[in-house]
Amino acid sequence: MPDLLLELFSEEIPARMQRKAADDLRKLVTDALVERGLVYEGAKAFATPRRLALHIAGLPVRGSAIREERKGPRVGAPEAAVQGFLKAAGLASLDQATIVSDAKKGDSYVAIIEKPGQETMAAVAEIVPAVIRAFPWPKSMRWGEASAAGASLRWVRPLHSILCTFGAETEEPEVVPFEVYGIQSGNVTCGHRFHAPGAITVRRFDDYVSSLEQAKVVLDADRRKEIILADAKTLAFAQGLELVEDEGLLEEVGGLVEWPVVLMGTFEGRFLEIPGEAIRATIRANQKCFVLRDPATGNLANRFLLTSNLMASDGGAAIVAGNERVVRARLSDAAYFFATDKGSLPDLDTLKDSAEKLGLDLAKPLDQRMAKLDKLGVVFHAKLGTQGERVQRIAALARELAPLVGADPELAERAAKLAKADLPTEMVGEFPELQGLMGRNYAELQGEKPSVCAAIEEHYKPLGPSDRVPTDPVSVAVALADKLDTLVGFWAIDEKPTGSKDPYALRRAALGVIRLVVENGVRLGLSRTLHIAGEIFLDFKAFENIDAITQQARSIEQQGFGKVDYSQRLRAAEHQFSAPVAAFIGSLVAMEGDLLAFFHDRLKVMLRDQGTRHDLVDAVLGEGASGSDDLLLITRRVAALGRFLETDDGKSLLAGYKRAANILRAEEKKDGEGAFAGAADLQLIAQAGLIEEKALAVALSQATPKAETAVAAEDYEGAMAALAELRPAVDAFFDKVTVNDSDPALRANRLKLLNQLREATRAVADFGRIAG
Amino acid sequence: MSVLASQSAAASPAMDPTRSFQGLLLTLQRFWAERGCVVLQPYDMEVGAGTSHPGTMLRSLGPKPWKAAYVQPSRRPKDGRYGENPNRLQHYYQFQVILKPNPPNLQELYLDSLKAIGIDVLLHDIRFVEDDWENPTLGAWGLGWECWCDGMEVSQFTYFQQVAGIECAPVSGELTYGLERLACYLQNVESIMELNFNGLDGDEKVTYRDVFLQAEQEYSRYNFEHADTAALFTRFAEAEAECRTLLDKGESGERHLMVQPAYDQCLKAGHAFNLLDARGVISVTERQSYILRVRELAKACGAAWLKTDGGGAV
Repeated sequence: MPDLLLELFSEEIPARMQRKAADDLRKLVTDALVERGLVYEGAKAFATPRRLALHIAGLPVRGSAIREERKGPRVGAPEAAVQGFLKAAGLASLDQATIVSDAKKGDSYVAIIEKPGQETMAAVAEIVPAVIRAFPWPKSMRWGEASAAGASLRWVRPLHSILCTFGAETEEPEVVPFEVYGIQSGNVTCGHRFHAPGAITVRRFDDYVSSLEQAKVVLDADRRKEIILADAKTLAFAQGLELVEDEGLLEEVGGLVEWPVVLMGTFEGRFLEIPGEAIRATIRANQKCFVLRDPATGNLANRFLLTSNLMASDGGAAIVAGNERVVRARLSDAAYFFATDKGSLPDLDTLKDSAEKLGLDLAKPLDQRMAKLDKLGVVFHAKLGTQGERVQRIAALARELAPLVGADPELAERAAKLAKADLPTEMVGEFPELQGLMGRNYAELQGEKPSVCAAIEEHYKPLGPSDRVPTDPVSVAVALADKLDTLVGFWAIDEKPTGSKDPYALRRAALGVIRLVVENGVRLGLSRTLHIAGEIFLDFKAFENIDAITQQARSIEQQGFGKVDYSQRLRAAEHQFSAPVAAFIGSLVAMEGDLLAFFHDRLKVMLRDQGTRHDLVDAVLGEGASGSDDLLLITRRVAALGRFLETDDGKSLLAGYKRAANILRAEEKKDGEGAFAGAADLQLIAQAGLIEEKALAVALSQATPKAETAVAAEDYEGAMAALAELRPAVDAFFDKVTVNDSDPALRANRLKLLNQLREATRAVADFGRIAG
Repeated sequence: MSVLASQSAAASPAMDPTRSFQGLLLTLQRFWAERGCVVLQPYDMEVGAGTSHPGTMLRSLGPKPWKAAYVQPSRRPKDGRYGENPNRLQHYYQFQVILKPNPPNLQELYLDSLKAIGIDVLLHDIRFVEDDWENPTLGAWGLGWECWCDGMEVSQFTYFQQVAGIECAPVSGELTYGLERLACYLQNVESIMELNFNGLDGDEKVTYRDVFLQAEQEYSRYNFEHADTAALFTRFAEAEAECRTLLDKGESGERHLMVQPAYDQCLKAGHAFNLLDARGVISVTERQSYILRVRELAKACGAAWLKTDGGGAV
């Protein structure tokens, strides 16, 4: 069967876009072929910096006929509907339509449209130009003379030629003729930009690949990557070194060359005093080179590997020398940054106020940087104050949280105060991705305690569902404080995530809090914590006019209100504060409940992603369920409930609950909401009740307090076990007892029993929200 | 022909692009002159990049064809290092080429220009690495590449898509050569200050240090320590106001009669902002709003330009 070959030859396509572009090309062309009844055996797409290529194997010369049924109106439908149908289906009259019968809907018209198979050449000549015109590049451009007119071709970079041939193995393939904005399809391409710039005439995929290979172009990106990786490892091994593998970099580098040639360069050993991560960051980001390590020590070696696109006439000596020069310059910069960051800042006098405010020691370099950050007044968010103010809040909150996570409050506060201190360093200015890591380095150099150093690096964590969660208590305290301050702040100024928009990554922050709490087993009363965080916002200057608030608050305190919390302040604000101030405090009050619900939402998402049933979380958080304030307890409770419902007792009790709830719902409709509240009359049961009724009453009177006690002791397994004891009584009750007895007193009493059952389960969860 | 021409130029050491800084500059100028470019001289105002020159910024707008090449001293107050950093200067040269519309073989022309200055493309690894260029203060963006030679960025290659917030029709191709960096490479020296400026030897040799070290030191002191920030804030506001006034007064029906003087004021505001930024007196949020203010001026100038002969108004 014939093959199709397509190549779109352009100026250099950004490396990061190549793979997706090749996939898009394959999908768009093959989908369009299939839509026209052209089924193929296989399709593969390729990308190099200068070309996208597509090979479709086993494509017939002509597509099979397509039979399409188009449903029409029912027989006897209004004329307008009939005319619309005829027009849409391309029929001249209803005589050409078929009538189908349906038992339910009656007779209706159906048009059967048969299209003969299209010539593949013709189909491709239509499909490819359409695909090119609407190609989904993330960013595309116009160029050249044609761009003077309104409608010109857009491509990722100027598109120069299109190769498109079709034909069987046994015969000479033909060029599929078409034109896109003045580019005529043909059978010619070019090789490597420097090694083989001349025209290459192509017949089909096989000779295309081999001609390109001869012209120093490896078509397949995965093969280029394999070559780079294998050569890199060989070169490293020859020097007794190990490649620091980097898939992202490999993918990028593979997209920067058509003919990869890996070469090794050296830099001066003195640069190895720079932290390894910084060396790697600079060589990777700026030079797209790999670094190497000494397998014995694990430390970086003073070598790097570059991937050139040329088999240079001198064997690569000039290329290596040139790259070494650039790497040397970059590392000189990094060394300069590192040395500068370790040294004292000029003008320390000007930092005194900031140092005093934040309790920093200006004899230490990192403390100086924090003072500078404060002094610069770098804004964190216009409505949430400066970075300096934010650090003050985080430090205060970390101190409050420290006892809850088992951390030393002094250390937590110290770590928080230095956590952002690396932001104004030269190194982080140059490589933002090193934030935290450089802070840790500098903290170690000035002799901070190990847990403080660790917390400086780790307080940004976890950055997502799979990132590592810090475990050192000081790290946990600062990480929590950092995220909670962010959440409370943005909530207070009403910058909440909406739909897909979450510019401040608040969902990630909330998930971070949840994971920190749950995975470290931290008991955190969330409402109280949010309240404290809100208070801290008011204690420190947080937004314009806050000076006024603080003063007002102080005067209120002096007037004998005592320490005012912000709901008191709000009440006062209505009379005394300006509208924006009152609004801010008001939103702090509203924030607590709203943010708590947001946490619940995030928790649900997290548990669902971990495979927990959504409804179990709802049941635990449901109305009437207590303890929704403690994330750790919620997850434990959900887990216990999940396990309970796996057991026969659990399933059966749930069935009993549902039955009871259904009956109650129906009867409450008649008698009114709350008609069956209160305890059942035990005397009535003793006199007139059935034995199963008595058994249930007894079981309830024993299990209910047991379950409640267990829940109060946070023993959810115990609570579930207590409920499980109800099962035989519940089963027997439904088996033998008729709830709606003709005696109204008995009926009411039995309904009261069922209500007690419903209440008993609520101690554990809202069973009504459990599915199934 | 061009290669021959540059070879004959290279016959004199003072003109050899691989050993003379001015030789590099003159070789590029000659190369592009031979390809039909108008060779302009530097714009006589402080600008941060060759793009700000009206020869690019204004001329790239509107339908009229335009080819120009020029050297532009570029002032980046923040990049000053008192002459101590081998690669960073607060004042350096850019060689700028602007071709409207871009010819279809612009990449080949560019590679030819590298050959003209002595770069053998079968010995050196030349690469086009993605770089989406954007100049927020000029409201301009385009797609293109950083051009690498053996891992070093030696030029910026951009197809302008928008300038002054206006769609380019047609698109211009812009090439910017970082002359000092390129020269370091060609002359095989590690520091810009070591560059041979005039290509001569012995007593006659003049280095980049001889010409510019003192200036780097003096301007670094000025930029970082002594520039009068209060005066600069005032200057910014005044330039902004005058730009607006000139744009208003230049309005004449369908036409505009005073775009270039107004644009000068926009450049003055831009430079005042750069100095304030170097002095560290502009916070992150303020920074954004200053950039926005300059951009508004640039946009207004661009729109006015389209109402002039140069902008193709009929």
